Order: sequence, then C-alpha cells, then structure tokens
Amino acid sequence: MAVKDYLRERFLPHMWCPGCGHGEVLGGLVRAIENLGLSKSEIVMVSGIGCSSRISGYVDFHTLHTIHGRALAFATGVKISRPELKLIVPMGDGDALAIGGNHFIHAARRNLDMTAIVMNNRIYGMTGGQFSPLSGANISATTAPYRTIDRDFDIAELAKAAGATFVARCTTYHVQQMTETIEKAITHKGFSVVEVLTQCPTYFGRKNKIGGAADMITWFKDNTTPIGSKAKQENTALIERGIFVQITAPEYCEEYQKVVERATKGRT
Amino acid sequence: MGNTLKFVQGNEACVEAALYAGLDFFAGYPITPSTEIAELLAYRLPQIGGKFIQMEDEIASLCAIIGASLTGRKVLTATSGPGFSLMQEALGYAIMTEIPCVIANVQRGGPSTGIPTHVSQGDVNQARWGTHGDHAIIALTASNHQDVFAMTVEAFNLAETYRTPVILLLDEVVGHMREKLIMPAPGEIPLVDRLRTSVKEGVDYHPYLPREDGRLPMSDFGGVHRYNVTGLVHDMWGFPSTDPQTVHDLLRHLVDKLENRANEIARYKEYHLEDAEIVMISYGSSARSALHVVENRRQRGERMGLLELQTLWPFPSEIVRQKCAHAKSVVVVEMNMGQIMQSVKLAVAQPERVFLANRIDSNFITPNDIMNILRIIQGKGV
Repeated sequence: MAVKDYLRERFLPHMWCPGCGHGEVLGGLVRAIENLGLSKSEIVMVSGIGCSSRISGYVDFHTLHTIHGRALAFATGVKISRPELKLIVPMGDGDALAIGGNHFIHAARRNLDMTAIVMNNRIYGMTGGQFSPLSGANISATTAPYRTIDRDFDIAELAKAAGATFVARCTTYHVQQMTETIEKAITHKGFSVVEVLTQCPTYFGRKNKIGGAADMITWFKDNTTPIGSKAKQENTALIERGIFVQITAPEYCEEYQKVVERATKGRT
Repeated sequence: MGNTLKFVQGNEACVEAALYAGLDFFAGYPITPSTEIAELLAYRLPQIGGKFIQMEDEIASLCAIIGASLTGRKVLTATSGPGFSLMQEALGYAIMTEIPCVIANVQRGGPSTGIPTHVSQGDVNQARWGTHGDHAIIALTASNHQDVFAMTVEAFNLAETYRTPVILLLDEVVGHMREKLIMPAPGEIPLVDRLRTSVKEGVDYHPYLPREDGRLPMSDFGGVHRYNVTGLVHDMWGFPSTDPQTVHDLLRHLVDKLENRANEIARYKEYHLEDAEIVMISYGSSARSALHVVENRRQRGERMGLLELQTLWPFPSEIVRQKCAHAKSVVVVEMNMGQIMQSVKLAVAQPERVFLANRIDSNFITPNDIMNILRIIQGKGV
C-alpha cells in the first residue's frame, strides 16, 4: 500500500499551520506502519485534545478522538477489551504530561502493549501559545509575558521511572530515524514511548524569536545528538536522541490472562 | 433451573444483575459506599473470562469503559459523589459520541467528601445536569433489592436501545442494606443486545446517520468498518463539523431521542393512587418509608397513595401530572433539599399544593419523620 492509502483524503487538507511539525510526525507514523505491513483494521488510534490530537482524524484506522489528557485511559479500555488490536496514542506535551500526566505514568506502570507518541512542541498551540510543562524556564508564552519560571519534565526520564519498557526520543529534523524509531516502538511488546521534538513556528517560534519552521528544525539538528555521543560528553546542554530503554517485562494483558486462569482453575 | 434465593446487599444485587445483563467489562476506583461492586466484580468477572481493571481514578475508569464499549462490550463503572463529580466530562463524551455504558452512583452525603458512609439522595440533579452543555440523560433508581436487580438490567437495556450512558442512582441505604433477592432465571428478563450495522465490508458505513426510527446501528472497533469518533460536534461520518445546521441537528437528536420518549423510558410503581387525596412521590430508599406510611394510613381509612419513581431522568412529567391530577396535596419524600420536588412542581397543574418531606442530616428518613411533616401539611399542628 502507498502512504496515501492510509489517509482519509476526504478530510484533507489538514488544519495545522504552515510549518507545523505535526504533519511530519503523521508522515513518519504512516511510513512506519506501511513498512511494518500492518492492516488498517488492526490499528486503533486514540488521541486527546489539542493540535496534535487531530492526527487521528486523518488516518484510515479505527480512530477515537477523546477528551483532553485522557487518551491513554480510553486506550486502556480498548486494549484490555481487545488485546489483539494495535494501539497507537499520539498526544501533545500538555495533553500527555499536564492534564494527562497521571494516566501517562499509570499506563507505563502497567506496561500495557501500546505506543504513546508525545509530539513535544513545548507549547499549547490550539489555545494560542500558553506555556506547557515541557516549555522549561525562561520561555515567552501568552501566559508567561515575563517568561516562565516553571521547570520542565524530561519525558524520557519520567517514562523510564514510571516503568515504560521502550523509551525513545527523536526530532522532526531526523525524519528517517523517526520512522525507524516508531517502527521499533510499535513492534515492541509493552508500553512504548516515543517523544518527538516538533516545531510550533506560529507560537513557540514567534514568541521566542527563534525564526520560522526551517530555523526551528535546524535548531533540532544543531542541539541534539545521539545517546552517549562524544559531542554530548563535550557539551552537556545537547539533547540526546535515540532509544533510552528497550527491555522485556510482563505485559498487562498477558498477565490478566493468568488471572483468568487462576479464577477458572477447577471450575467447569 | 429454578430461581435461587439469596440474602444480599444492594450492591451485590447490582452486581448479580449486571452479570445477568451480560456485563463483561468493569473499570473502577475504590470509593465508599460503592466499593463492594468493584470488589465483587474483581472476583466474578475473571471467572467468566470478563475483564476487570482498577484504574488510577474515576476519570480514567469512565474513559476505560467507554473505550471497551466501542469494541462491543457491555460495560459498567461504579462510584459515589466525589467520583461521580470527576466523571462529568467523560459522561458528556459518552452522551455526545452515543456510546452505551452504565454508571452506578451509590449516593452518599455531599457536597465534597461529605459524609461517606451515610445516606443521601443529593446527586439527583447532578445526574441530570452535571456535565456541561444541553443534553439528555437516563437515570434510574430502586428502593429494594429485587428492583435494584430489575433496574440494573433495565439500565443495560436502555443504554443499548438508546445508545446512551445510563446512570443507576442508588443510595447508601439500598447499597449496604441486606435483604432477600430472588434471582430471575436466565431468559426471564429480556435482554437488549447491541444493534450492529448490517452494512457490509467495503460499503460506506455512516456511524452517525440515524435510521428512520432514530437508532444508530454500531460497528465494533476492530471490525470491518473504520470510522472516527469524536466529542466535537460531528457529521454523519463522525468527523468534526462547524456547520450550523449540523450542530443544530446533532443537539436536537441527542435531546429528542430521550426527552421525546420520556413515557417509554418511564419506570414507576404505584400504590393506592386510584382515589388518593394525598399523593406521595418518592424514590430510592426513601420510598420504603413513604410506602410504610401509606399502608398505615390506608388501614385507618385515609385516602393516601404513593407514586414510586424508578426513572428520574428523563423526568416522567406526563405521568406525574396524570397521577397527581386529583390530589389535594402532593408530598415529595426525598433525602435532599427538594431536587425532585422542583421537577414535580413544574409537572403538576397546581404547584402550590406540592410539599416536601425530607431529611438532610445523613440519617435515613423514617416513617415517623414523614408522619410528623404530614401533620403540619394537614394542619394538625406539631
């Protein structure tokens, strides 16, 4: 199948701003699914609210566009009900880690077999450029006219500590790597998290005078480095990209089957 | 197999009925006085290959059952006031997306953490209007365990029939009290299965295009039809729309599908209403005391009757108006500050003849409490 066969052309063009990184994530995601040869009917995409969450409308899978922050909770119900389905949950940084932070850590803790993709543009785009828990300190936003004082999360560290068994980071500059990483995340048995650094030129870029989309993507190129690289040792400010965690642990749906076996043992 | 007699809590009767109705997915979070429902289902569901999950909060619990319902399961969550408050946004989502699910709210005293192990009927209007925006909802109650069983099965049946969340508004007294339950035999109470689309694979399926009778056949997530579900205003494809006509039509559909069928959805019981000059209206555990008073007064020759509401929402206005048509006074018995009384006043021809007999101090309203208030209403002094 070609990439366009995975899209609902009826609902295009998409609603994202020119230069937005979310389209690149959509491209990377669809290419990953195409490379894996998955059937469209075995994929359920669950999203929350925000610019990133609109991704679910454009793909020809079973798509569930839910409420702000709760995508993983809905996905948990779908997955436990039908473990044979592939669950992909794209979320924004505010969606996944502010309002949805609790569901994020608990989905990771359970090690449910699903893939969370956090499209991290460090801003609330849909509502007009307010800072998020991923903005970090000293950032200009519409709710931080004197710049932010809030510290940010490290999504990879948080996911790892919460028990995610696959954790990776990539960017919209490294699109090939993004596709490969998403492929690995979908193939991984357990809760996989892929953080994609993506650009919001309309709000984050403009408010912080970084420039346009091309400048922001170049920033990803210049300020990220593969995990454990020599460059990172020389410059600790660089953001690492690559796979941080890839381990095997008991998966929730398989463990639940054991509960069923214990409950039905000796019963007819 | 004959009927089995059990001696159970109301929460247990709810569990038995849910399983009878075909429940195979439960998600919940511990909260008094509903917790027994989760505990019992944690034990029972795995025995039949059903799914039980304890979620991180009540928000996640309702979200999880909505997701599971979309894959074709019959689903339930159980909670009490504070948890029910947390569920309001997801409740609106289930209303908007028309996904069948049942939410048991075993009411305790509120507001806030309130008084957890004591009785109240304070969530009646929250069940109606807790979530934002114009909408309609079904809420059922019961005053004894046989009726808890019947209304729980009804809740699942109505959820499937109308593609809507149904709130089972129990209260602490009914939930925790023990009394007998005669288990209906399999098949004794009819069950409504999900209406699934007959549209074949490869043919366009419109998930939100109502049939002529207003019903929307579903297609299970994971099945042959791939479609979009969203809490945004949506068109027949389930895709977001801002077209004013689409917005108008969807809102009208969501409200009319229930409000226009209030009489069909109404479940109620009546006692001695034929010549009643005083009509009592009650529901849930309060109706037990109200019935006691009615039976007592009838023996003394007083023309008193009871209308026990089992469907609270959509409010059965026509039925209430008819039953109260010849009443000299109407006395609403409830454990709140008159939440159903407001709807009764709107329904009857002479609202000035509607009185409230209530108790809000966390103690159960007794027949004595009601009789004391009746003396005042009847002008017999205190």
